Amino acid sequence: MRRALWGVGLLAVIWLVDYIAPRMVNAYIMQIAVLCGINVILAVSLNLINGFTGQFSIGHAGFMAVGAYGAAMFTLGVGQSWVAGLVAAGVPAPIAQGIALSVALVIGGLVAAVAGYLVGLPSLRLRGDYLAIVTLGFGEIIRVLILNIEAVGGARGLFGIPVWVSLFWVLVGATGVVLLSRHLAHSTHGRALFAIRDDEVAAEALGVDTTRYKVLAFVMGSFFAGIAGGLFAHFLGYLNPSSFSFLKSIEVIAMVVLGGMGSISGAVIAAILLTALPEVLRPVKDYRMVLYALMLIVLMITRPQGLMGSRELSWPRFLKRRKAGAAA
Amino acid sequence: MSEALLRLDKVTMQFGGLKAVCDLDLEIPAGSLYGLIGPNGAGKTTVFNLITGVYTPTAGSIHFEQRSIHGLRPSAIARRGITRTFQNIRLFGSRCCRDNVCIAQHQHTTAGILDAVLRTKRFADDERAMQQRAQELLEVMGLGEWGDTLAAELPYGQQRRLEIARALAGKPRLLLLDEPAAGLNPQESEELMHLIEGLRKRFGIAILLIEHDMRVVMGICERIAVLDYGVKIAEGNPLEIRNDPKVVEAYLGEDVHAADATT
Repeated sequence: MRRALWGVGLLAVIWLVDYIAPRMVNAYIMQIAVLCGINVILAVSLNLINGFTGQFSIGHAGFMAVGAYGAAMFTLGVGQSWVAGLVAAGVPAPIAQGIALSVALVIGGLVAAVAGYLVGLPSLRLRGDYLAIVTLGFGEIIRVLILNIEAVGGARGLFGIPVWVSLFWVLVGATGVVLLSRHLAHSTHGRALFAIRDDEVAAEALGVDTTRYKVLAFVMGSFFAGIAGGLFAHFLGYLNPSSFSFLKSIEVIAMVVLGGMGSISGAVIAAILLTALPEVLRPVKDYRMVLYALMLIVLMITRPQGLMGSRELSWPRFLKRRKAGAAA
Repeated sequence: MSEALLRLDKVTMQFGGLKAVCDLDLEIPAGSLYGLIGPNGAGKTTVFNLITGVYTPTAGSIHFEQRSIHGLRPSAIARRGITRTFQNIRLFGSRCCRDNVCIAQHQHTTAGILDAVLRTKRFADDERAMQQRAQELLEVMGLGEWGDTLAAELPYGQQRRLEIARALAGKPRLLLLDEPAAGLNPQESEELMHLIEGLRKRFGIAILLIEHDMRVVMGICERIAVLDYGVKIAEGNPLEIRNDPKVVEAYLGEDVHAADATT
């Protein structure tokens, strides 16, 4: 009951933000906010694989692509006619779109999860650099496949995806992913993942089925990445294979490393920072990416463990620190 | 004797041209405290790795509670009831001590992933029971105060104790301790040995102990097997081992007289 209230309250807050924000800021900033939200989902989901479990995946854009195209194809094939039917039956358009979008996102997530399972299997035999190469290969295969499948638009890209995603949906998605991932971290399953990262041999010797958990991390991480892809597709209304290049994977890795491996709050902060920073730096024109890269280098030199290290933002810690500060 | 908790039959482990363990027979009765000794490189840790499934024996069979555990994954063997500690400490350094112990209870939880991410009542009950048991085990090992300390920040002696607490959390019926007193001073290691003896009674488990420090093994183990170059050269109670000329020759040398002098 209490949790239902929390959920409703959270939704109300998100709806309020969605209602007020467009009246306060211009469309450009709204767009950046949406992209921040999508990148938060991506960073938090990659953090499950790279941060929690200590595997090294550099093909996250591939999972996102699978989810984006999966969700978009569902909407174009089935979702749109659902919405038309529901609206004709008297359901308000936003609600009809919300239903179709939710289904599309789940389907995108599931398709990506299947891909994650397939890529997760080699992770049982490979680790570190070798696994990284495999995931890199996977990401490229996905991109090249999409590039050559005419049914999904090929190199021209996929046009005409209905734009149903507003800040509201992205915030709901990001909040959901952060909460689920936080709950996971504080459970026996999350501890099993951390145990694998710290010492796989010991984890196995103590009864943790490392095979299952390593694949599981991939499946969950790619499911969420697929949802991020679905949101991305229904926000832009247009998909192009080049959006899911190796560079996108690297961008997400930078967010996880910068935030601190294994820290959810770190991933969130770094995702927002790295999405907003290039936009903030626009006034310096040509030097924008140079400055961006320089800031990354300086940050990694001064804080090699990432912004948050392996810590989390939490109320008890904050209050403790304040109390300690007051006592001093 | 057929009712041994753990039985090794003619177990051989060959790495290329090297026979690390050769035709080893071993029977550990339920509830016993059994010592496995031998000089460096005798194959003691290899025996542990064979029992826990890290290696699969190239020949021979291993039965635990009358069932073969040949070819099972280490995690499956742990779930059957054999847990271990490591000679070179392998704690989960980035986690606190309580989490380290909780991880080993993993196999006894019923709450699935969905229970965890949705925070169901089953998850909450499980979690509470786990934390409570972790605290109990930490207190048994004298680590009650250290629950929130990161394992990596623990003093060396406490790390050895945490390894044992963690292995106990898996509710084993056979506990394998790989040189639990390595690197401890004589006083610490004596305390630890008393503690280990107490564990056996308290939890009703069998303990197989690899140890270098002869004095402590002689002091607490009921039976001892001696390995040399992968071959069992002697087996018996501490007195027999102490007086076995083969053991004295192969390994103990003056140490045995030193042990004699102190007892």
